[in-house]
Amino acid sequence: MTHADSHDDPHGAVTVDELELSAELAGDTDAVATKEVAEYALWLGDDALILSQQLGAWIARAPELEEDVALGNIALDLLGHARSLLRYAGTADGRTEDDLAYFRDEPEFRSAWLFEQPNGDFAQTIARQLAASAYLFELYSALRLSNDVTLAAIAEKSLKEVDYHRDHAVQWTLRLAGGTDESRRRMIAGVAAVWPYVDELFRDEPLIDELEGIAVRPSTLRAGFDAAIDTVFTEAELDVPDGQPSSAGGRRGSHFPALSRILAEMQVLARQHPGATW
Amino acid sequence: MVTTTTRREEAWRVAATVTDPEVPVLTIEDLGVLRDVAVEGDRVTVTLTPTYSGCPALDTMRDDVVLALTAAGFGAVDVRTTLSPAWTTDWMTDAGKRKLTEFGIAPPNCRAAVRQGPIRLRLAVKCPRCGSIDTREVSRFGSTSCKALYECRACLEPFDHFKVL
Repeated sequence: MTHADSHDDPHGAVTVDELELSAELAGDTDAVATKEVAEYALWLGDDALILSQQLGAWIARAPELEEDVALGNIALDLLGHARSLLRYAGTADGRTEDDLAYFRDEPEFRSAWLFEQPNGDFAQTIARQLAASAYLFELYSALRLSNDVTLAAIAEKSLKEVDYHRDHAVQWTLRLAGGTDESRRRMIAGVAAVWPYVDELFRDEPLIDELEGIAVRPSTLRAGFDAAIDTVFTEAELDVPDGQPSSAGGRRGSHFPALSRILAEMQVLARQHPGATW
Repeated sequence: MVTTTTRREEAWRVAATVTDPEVPVLTIEDLGVLRDVAVEGDRVTVTLTPTYSGCPALDTMRDDVVLALTAAGFGAVDVRTTLSPAWTTDWMTDAGKRKLTEFGIAPPNCRAAVRQGPIRLRLAVKCPRCGSIDTREVSRFGSTSCKALYECRACLEPFDHFKVL
């Protein structure tokens, strides 16, 4: 949280112990990211943050209580990944994880459009979870070998959790696709809604050329992703939708329209009450 | 040098009394969350590792470590967290597993490696109340990140299972 102007704050002199905030965070506390590494950490951190925020909206609204709990736990894991990644990104210019989460505007976010897709119905959320977790599984598997020890540590930790998320999405995909006519219809519609945004995840942006050995080249993850999805879709008797990939440009700050509403809800409290704590 | 070693052992013993706020029968040592204790002059540095990335219990454990060491007369206490090597349920002590069962939570039922690779072996989870292995998973995700919800078909009681990670 920012608290530099706390003496002018109408809410009184609220102070937040910044050291405590960063100390509770996992990661190598001494490592400082370069500008390019920070930008890459924002890509990954924003993906996790936006997906976490969206999944949180399912709590108390999922089809059954166990799913409230499951999606809530998955959101919590993703929030943990986001905090580690944003904290690391912030070391490049002295910003905290909260500065980055609450006080950046839409064009400064670097999330990909898949993560910004609306929850839709439960089947659409599961389709998004399937694509997201299959991608994240490939990404973190590869990122464990990064020459950047902080990114490698975050990847090693996150991978074990994403493995559970992927399994959750696979189980539900099979169940919905093989369930009733209605659940199958919805699963097919959910896949059709999110699949145009898969392609963006595997595009090599210029930044990747500057991070050889540190970042994972997105295009190299495509084969593993396709193989995993092919196995699931074969079993579920689903087809990969064909059609044009979207013109998505999340890594360059151009976002799906839904992001502005997600951010408004996520950021409003911190912006109305800067430095607030409880 | 002898003094430093003894001080370190003393600090470890004090830090190891801190328990998990969600599972109060387990100490952070039982869990494998307590990774290192170093004493340098007046300064104690304790290293913890989170179980799950988003686990909110870590904040409480960190505060409790500071409180316990301060109460035991240690001056400057510094708690660091590390992600690497990533925590695994394989680090849970046998004493910890026994205490979990007594508390009504089925402990991790296999080594983490069993969960890897294309062939996932599914091992039975034993009911902590009646000992039956005729149990079923109700939900992979439970009351906290680290647990799954199970049900025993023999005694019909629901119970938590500490997931293998």
